[in-house]
Amino acid sequence: MAASKTTDVLFDPVFKSNPIALQVLGICSALAVTTQLDKALVMSLAVTVVVACSNAIIALIRNFIPNSIRIIVQMTVISSLVIVVDQILKAFVPSVADQLSVFVGLIITNCIVMGRAEGFAMKNGVFRSFLDGVGNGLGYSLILVAVGFFRELLGSGTLLGFTILPLATEGGFYVRNGLMLTPPSAFFLIGLFIWVLRSFRTDQAAKDPTRD
Amino acid sequence: MTLEEIGSMFFKSVFSENLALAFFLGMCTFLAVSKTVKNAFMLGIAVIVVQGVTVPVNNVIYRNFLREGALSWTGISYLNNVDLSFLGLISFIGTIAAMVQILELFLDRYLPALYNTLGIFLPLITVNCAILGGSLFMQERDYTLAESVTYGFSSGVGWALAICCLAGVREKLRYSDIPEGLRGLGITFITVGLMAMAFMAFGGIDI
Repeated sequence: MAASKTTDVLFDPVFKSNPIALQVLGICSALAVTTQLDKALVMSLAVTVVVACSNAIIALIRNFIPNSIRIIVQMTVISSLVIVVDQILKAFVPSVADQLSVFVGLIITNCIVMGRAEGFAMKNGVFRSFLDGVGNGLGYSLILVAVGFFRELLGSGTLLGFTILPLATEGGFYVRNGLMLTPPSAFFLIGLFIWVLRSFRTDQAAKDPTRD
Repeated sequence: MTLEEIGSMFFKSVFSENLALAFFLGMCTFLAVSKTVKNAFMLGIAVIVVQGVTVPVNNVIYRNFLREGALSWTGISYLNNVDLSFLGLISFIGTIAAMVQILELFLDRYLPALYNTLGIFLPLITVNCAILGGSLFMQERDYTLAESVTYGFSSGVGWALAICCLAGVREKLRYSDIPEGLRGLGITFITVGLMAMAFMAFGGIDI
C-alpha cells in the first residue's frame, strides 16, 4: 500500500475497492437516509468530512498513541468530530438535521471511519491519510447518492424536490412506486448494485470474504 | 407504565420498528455473523443483554446529568440552565464501551462456560450501531426509565430474532443455484429486503 501512487490513494476506494459494495462496511446507518436525494447528499458530505478529518488527525498523532489504548483514542477523535458536524448541521440546515435524526450520531459507529483510522491512518502520513479519507468518503457517497437517486425518482417522481416524472394523480403519467419509499427497497437496490458491479468485474466476486 | 403499554411497546419494537430491518442498524455484524444459526443466536443473546443494560443506564445518565436543567438537583443555582445534551453522543459511546468491558469481566469470572462461547462477540458489540442507535432513539423520544428498560430489552429481542431468521435462510441458501454475480453478498441483501417486507406487514397492528 505504501508504494502506491498518491492518486491511487484517492481514487481506488471510489471504483476499485468501494467500501460499501466490496468491503461491506458502513451500510449500517446509511440506508435509512436515502428516501430523498437531498438527505443522502447531506449525509454523504457529513461522512466524508468526518472520515477525512479523523484520518488526518489520527495520522498526525499516530506516533504518540500507545498501542494498548489506540481504539479509545480513535473513538474520542471520531466522536468529537461527529459532535461538531452534528452541531453545524443543526445550526445551518435544521430541517434536514431533523430528518436525519439519530443517523448523524451513528456516524461514530460507522465501520468505514473506524476501519480507515485503524487500517490506514495509523500507518501513513497526514496528507495521504487525508486523501484516503476523502476517497473512501466519496466511494460511500457514490452508493448512497445512487440509491437516493433511484428511491426518490421512482418513489416520488421528483429529484431534490423538483418534479421529473409528473404523477398520475396530478394529471401526469407516472404512477409512483410506494415500495421505493419503504426500507426493503434500499436492500434490493444495494443487492442489484452489487450484482451489476460483480458481473462486470468478475475478479472481485472471487475475493469476497463473506461468500459462502 | 401499565402492562398494556409495555406489551404494545414490546410488540412495536420487535416487529414493526425492528432495529435491523426498519432502521438498518447493526448491518455490518448482521451480515457478517449470520452464516450459521448457532453463532447468530449467540450474538443475538449478547445484543439483548447489552442493549437491555445500556439503554436504561444511558437513560439515567441523560436524565440526571445531560438534559437541559438536569443538573438542578445539585442545588447550585448557576447550574440550573445548563444544557449538556450535545455531550450525549460521547457519553453514550463511553458507557457502552465500559458496560461491554464490565460484562466481559463479569462473565469471565462467574460464568466461564458462557464467556467462552459468547466472548468473541462481545467486543464486536461496542461498535454495533444497533446499540448506540437504541440509546439515541431513547434520547430523541424522551423515554422514562421504565420505558427505556422495556425498549432496550425488546429492541434487542427484535434484532436477535431478525439475525436468527436470516441465518436460517442463509443456511438453506447454500444449496441453491444462484447467478454468478449475485452469490454471497448480493443474494443476502435481497433476502434481507424480502424479510424486511415481511416484518413491515406487522406495521398496522396496534395492541
